[in-house]
Amino acid sequence: MKKNKLSRRNFLSKTAITGLTGLLGTHIVFGEHLPKGYIPVGLINAEDQIPGKSEDLIVLNDKPWNAETPPHLLDPKITPADLFFVRNNGIPPEKVDLDSWTLTIEGESAKTKKVYSIKDLQSKFQVYSYNLVLECGGNGRSEFNPGAKGNQWTLGAVGCCKWTGVRLKDVLQDAGVRNDAVYIGYYGADTHLSGDRSKVVISRGVPIKKAMEEEALIAWKMNDEDIPAMNGFPLRLVFGGWPASTSGKWLNRIVIRNQVHDGPKMQGYSYRVPKYPVAPGTKVPEEDMKIIESMPVKSLITYPKTGAMVKGDRKFQVRGHAWAGDLEVDSVHISIDFGATWLKCNLTNPVNRLAWQHFKITIDLPEKGYYEIWAKATDSNGVSQPMVVPNWNPKGYLNNACHRIAVKRT
Amino acid sequence: MHATELLLKELEFMNDNNRVSKQQEEFVSKMMKTFDIWAIFFMLFFFFFFLYAFNFLPSFSTKGDNTASMELLVEENEDPNRIENGIHVRSGLIVGDGYELVLRHCGGCHSHKLVTQNSADAKGWTETIRWMQETQKLWDLGGNEAPIVAYLAKYYGLKQKNRRAPLKNIDWYEL
Repeated sequence: MKKNKLSRRNFLSKTAITGLTGLLGTHIVFGEHLPKGYIPVGLINAEDQIPGKSEDLIVLNDKPWNAETPPHLLDPKITPADLFFVRNNGIPPEKVDLDSWTLTIEGESAKTKKVYSIKDLQSKFQVYSYNLVLECGGNGRSEFNPGAKGNQWTLGAVGCCKWTGVRLKDVLQDAGVRNDAVYIGYYGADTHLSGDRSKVVISRGVPIKKAMEEEALIAWKMNDEDIPAMNGFPLRLVFGGWPASTSGKWLNRIVIRNQVHDGPKMQGYSYRVPKYPVAPGTKVPEEDMKIIESMPVKSLITYPKTGAMVKGDRKFQVRGHAWAGDLEVDSVHISIDFGATWLKCNLTNPVNRLAWQHFKITIDLPEKGYYEIWAKATDSNGVSQPMVVPNWNPKGYLNNACHRIAVKRT
Repeated sequence: MHATELLLKELEFMNDNNRVSKQQEEFVSKMMKTFDIWAIFFMLFFFFFFLYAFNFLPSFSTKGDNTASMELLVEENEDPNRIENGIHVRSGLIVGDGYELVLRHCGGCHSHKLVTQNSADAKGWTETIRWMQETQKLWDLGGNEAPIVAYLAKYYGLKQKNRRAPLKNIDWYEL
């Protein structure tokens, strides 16, 4: 469908600094210093642009913002902040005051209620950095049949950034965790779309065991910078390898629960799949649904971009990333013949647990024609990605089918 | 027309139809407040902006290439309910019986993109409406529910899909 409004790129192709002058109705002082591609804030159309994010993200929803990354832009080993996907359930807080922002730890299984400022967190606890994969539980939803409602994610609701903060377990232990603790739940400062300020947008969490992992962070930096506003500034949880909805954004409260946390989007069909395999379209009773924990093994081809035309028998590199929830990736194979034969790729170790791994292989194409390159990762339990869309579930989660790109030998 | 007036008209229209619910009233009054705040904000913004532009910049000028400026102005002055190729441009909704009801009832909280990217039969859309009513504060649609569901099922009905569809929308390029 044709976009009616001027896109940023379209806009830039039509104008230059002199044109901008006309638009603003004034001369731009120091206009010659404007970086190429930069649009003066006074001219940005709010509908066009997600604050702090690249124009190259694919916007699925603008109220609330939801946007994914085209796979070839995920090529860097660490996902750049402006390219990291956005999955918002509500409206992010508009004003954030770092000095007055607090994080409260409380709940039935907390020994004391404690309140920390961001400065307290930064000075009182040891600071750690990890590269952690965050993937939306609904990444790949668009392929399910019959379709599941919600944002129709294709491939790019995933990224691996460097996260810096304190270990969640250090903070929980500082407040004191009772022996009967089962789960932690988060609350954030985002507000409900209906405008009802009292309504909690989303409040999910993880079992206490996952919360106590060394890589479970309360983070304030992403790639050594402030976390982008859309990704949780100034404070968020990060649980690598689990549905990203467990990693609460705009974090201001954590509850230590003596039962499975029951906040909005923990129950019913949200972030749950059937306990047993079901036929597509089955109406599954609520009590037969279970909470998604670790995400399944998956990989993405980030180079070349789909649509590559290769001249003759020229060799070219195929590369990308692979990840496996709580596990490690054991191997990655690619196929250029629709899965009939597979070639083993070179695969790196993760820089730390729960970081994605990088694969590469150099290939050529045997004869003129159309090919698809498929990538298939296998985790440390020997479980591989399926070549077709995996088992259907009511809300369309966990599609880890092989990524496919189209290439031609000319 | 001022956004608030539009909303008031909308409210009258709903009153006429005797279908206004308390939630709708609350919602509209909240929206009106929001619009008024924005209107004041924009007025102040432009006031100070022009003050700045005229008084403090000796080189105030509109010389240069104004083509882009004209194009942008034209785009901004367009009718918000413009229809192009059977699509209501602002929302992206397909124009058909009932689309105005969808505009009115479904765009308050979320983007219409959430409608256009989804597909379901009448039963599926009805379930989605129930879910929004139970958990997301959607109001009772009354007599509008049937035409809304009929519109959604007709234009955003179940799609036939493969277990894996052919790759499409490929932009071929020389590697």
